[in-house]
Amino acid sequence: MTGRGAHSGIYWDMPRKTAYEAKIEYLQILDEHGNLDKTLAKDTLTDEEVLSLFESMVIYRHLDEVAFKLQRSGRMGTYPQNKGQEAAALGTAFAAKKGVDFLVPCYRENAALFLHGLPPHYILLHWMGDERGNQIPQGVNCTPLSIPIGTQMLHAAGIAWAYKIRKEPRCVLTYFGDGATSEGDFHEAMNFASTQQAPCVFICQNNQWAISVPREIQMNSETVAQKAIAYGMPGIQVDGNDLFAVYKASREALDRARAGGGPSFIEGVTYRLADHTTADDAKRYRDPKEVEAWIGKDPVIRHRKYLESKGLWNAEKQAATDERAKKIVSEIVKAAEGIEKPLVTDIFNYTFAGELPAELKRQRDTMQTHSLGQDPSQVGLQQGAAMH
Amino acid sequence: MTTTMPDVALPPVDFSYVPAREGDRVIQFREALREAMSEEMRRDQRMFLIGEEVAEYNGAYKVSQGMLDEFGPKRIIDSPISENGFAGLGIAAAMYGLRPIIEFMSWSFSLVAADQILNNAPKMLYMSGGQWGCPIVFRGNDGAGGQLGSTHSWCVEGLFSNVPGVKIAIPSNPYDAKGLLKTALRDPDPVFFLESERMLGDKAHVPAEEYYIPFGLAHRHREGSDCTLVSFGRPVHFCLDAATELAGEGIECDVLDMRTIRPLDIDSIIASVQKTGRVVVVDQSWPFASVASEVMAQICERCFDWLDHQPVRVNTADVPTPYSKVLEAAYLPNKGRIIEAVKKTLGR
Ligand SMILES: Cc1ncc(C[n+]2csc(CCOP(=O)(O)OP(=O)(O)O)c2C)c(N)n1
Ligand SMILES: [Mg+2]
Repeated sequence: MTGRGAHSGIYWDMPRKTAYEAKIEYLQILDEHGNLDKTLAKDTLTDEEVLSLFESMVIYRHLDEVAFKLQRSGRMGTYPQNKGQEAAALGTAFAAKKGVDFLVPCYRENAALFLHGLPPHYILLHWMGDERGNQIPQGVNCTPLSIPIGTQMLHAAGIAWAYKIRKEPRCVLTYFGDGATSEGDFHEAMNFASTQQAPCVFICQNNQWAISVPREIQMNSETVAQKAIAYGMPGIQVDGNDLFAVYKASREALDRARAGGGPSFIEGVTYRLADHTTADDAKRYRDPKEVEAWIGKDPVIRHRKYLESKGLWNAEKQAATDERAKKIVSEIVKAAEGIEKPLVTDIFNYTFAGELPAELKRQRDTMQTHSLGQDPSQVGLQQGAAMH
Repeated sequence: MTTTMPDVALPPVDFSYVPAREGDRVIQFREALREAMSEEMRRDQRMFLIGEEVAEYNGAYKVSQGMLDEFGPKRIIDSPISENGFAGLGIAAAMYGLRPIIEFMSWSFSLVAADQILNNAPKMLYMSGGQWGCPIVFRGNDGAGGQLGSTHSWCVEGLFSNVPGVKIAIPSNPYDAKGLLKTALRDPDPVFFLESERMLGDKAHVPAEEYYIPFGLAHRHREGSDCTLVSFGRPVHFCLDAATELAGEGIECDVLDMRTIRPLDIDSIIASVQKTGRVVVVDQSWPFASVASEVMAQICERCFDWLDHQPVRVNTADVPTPYSKVLEAAYLPNKGRIIEAVKKTLGR
C-alpha cells in the first residue's frame, strides 16, 4: 500500500488485499501543432464536419469578442467570455442528437447551445439583462443558463432519469466548471445519476480557474475525472481543445447511455483565455507565461493548422470566413438590440403558471408596490390605467 | 461543564457614542467593513475570515483588500466553491472557541448552505442545552438593484428574520457599517450581516477613534412630526431623498434607520408613531410576511389608538426580481413611491 495513507507500524503492516483499483485515461487525437493521430481519429469526424465546426468556432469566437466590446461600451451587462473553450462546447454538443438529446448548461458553452438551435441573439439578450433571452424557442432542447453554481446538474440527472423511466432513447448533456465540482449538488447529481443509471453525460469544462482560484487550490485530486470513480461511472480526461478527442469521448458516452449503460463523466482539459467575466481582471492573479502557453493550445489555431495541412483551408478561405463572421455577428447584435422594450407589467406575467392570484392582479393593475396599491380605489387609479 | 475553549479576555466593548462628525476621515463603505474586521482580528487571534475569493483576489468586491498580506493565509482563507461546506466548518470552529467570519460572495449563494445557517447555527445553543454557543458572523452582499437577475438578487432579510436565534444587522452607511460589524464580531451569537453591493463605494465620515454601535438601537436621520418613515439598509437613502422633497412641500418626516432587524428597536418606532400618528415602512424585500409586515403588526398591537391613518408599507412587487433594468426599477421601492405613500397617509 502506497500513498498518503501509508504509515509504518504494526497496524499498517498487516496484510491486506486490494479492494478496488482504478485509473483515468487521457485522450488526445489532435495535438496543439495540428498533428492528427490517424488511428485514434478513425470513425470520428469527417473533413466536412471538421470544416463546419471550425467555421462555427471562428464565428462564435468573433461573437464572443463583440460581446465583450458591447459590455465595455455599456450596451450589455456583465458577460463571461467563452474564448478558448469552443472546442469543448462544440465537440460534445456535436456528438449529441439535435432535437432529441437535451442540454443543461451553466454559462460558458454558448456554441453548444447554438449548435442545438438556440438563436445566438438569445444569449446576448440574456446578458443584456432581458429574460426574454431565456425563453427557449419550441424545439430547442436546453434549459436557460444557470447562474447559481452547480445547481443545474441535479436537473440534468432528473431529466435523464425521466428519459429512462419513459424508455425514450434520449440523453442529457450537462456542463459545469472545475469549480462547480466543489458544490454538494455536483456530488448528489453524480450519485443520483449513477444509482439510477440515468442516461446523463457530465461534462466538466476544466478551464483551470474558478475566478481567481486555480484548480490545485480548488481540489486536491490529480484529475477532475477521477471523481467519477467514486460514483461508479466511467470517467475520462480529454484534451478539451481537440475536437476529435472531445467528440470521440462524447460519442462513446452517449452511445453507452443510449444503450442503457448509464451516466459518464468527461473532463475536458481546456483554458479560460479571457477574464472570468467582464467584471474581472485576470492579469492580477494569473502568470502571463501560463496564459501565453495556453494561447499556443488555442483550439482555433490548432484546427486551422490541421485543415491547412490537409489542403482544406488557406488564407483566402480564412479571410472570407472572417468577413462572413462579421456580417453574421452584426446581424445577431441587431436582433438583440432591435427587440422592443419589455412592458413593465411583464414582471407579473411569469410568477405563476396558473391564474394570477387576486392580490397580484391588483399590484399589476395599479403598478404600485406599496400596500395602498393593493386596493385600486385607494390610489385613485382606474384598473389597468398604469399598464402601458 | 462547558465544552468550548475558554474565552480570551478582551477589553469590554464601549458603546459610548462616537459621532460621525465632519472633519473626520472620509472612507468607503467597503473600507469601513475592512477596518472593522482588521481591528477585531488584530485584537483577537481566534478570528479568521473564510469565503470565495477573499484572500488572493482581495474579495470579490474588494472588501478584504490587503487582509491576506496582513494576516496571512491561515486567517484569510480562500475556500473552494462550497458554501454549505465553509458555513458548516465555520459553525464547528465557532462551537469550539474560534471566531469565524464567513463571507458569502452574495447572500443569494447562502441558500445552498441553508441547513447550516438556519438549521444549525441558530439552534446549536438551544439544542445543546446551552453548551455549544455559536459566535459566528456570516456576511455578504444582499439586495437587488444591480441588474443581477432573480437568482442573484436576494434580499434575505424577509426570509431569514423569521428564524429565532439569529441577529441580523443591515447598515445603510459606512459609519454604521463599521460600528455594527465590530459589535457583530464581539457578539456571542450568530449574526447575519447584510451589505449592499450598491453601497460599497459610498463614502462617509468615519471617526478614527474606535467605536461600537449596539444592536437594537435605531438611528433617527431626520426629525419631523408629520409622518414616520421606517427603513433599513439601502432604502434608507430613498426615504431621506423622499423626506427632503416632502420638506419642500411642508411635510416633515421622522426618518428612522433600524440598523438591526433582529433585535428590532420597536420602542423607537412606537415613540415616533405616537408623535406623528402616521407611518410608512419601506422594505426592499417582498411584502408577504416581510419585516415591513412585522413592523406594522407590532405598531397595530402597541399603538393602534395613536394612528391617524392605517400603516402603509412600500415593498418590492411580489414577483421574482426582474433582470431587465426597466423592469427592475419598476419592481423596487423608490423615492416616488415613498412620497406617494406618505402623502396618502396625510390625505393629500
Ligand atoms: C452557489 C454559487 N456560489 C458562488 C457563485 C459565484 N461564482 C460565479 S462563477 C464562480 C466560479 C465558477 O468556476 P467554475 O465552476 O470553474 O466555472 P468557470 O467560471 O471557470 O467556467 C463563482 C464562485 C455562484 N454563482 N453561485
Ligand atoms: Mg473553471
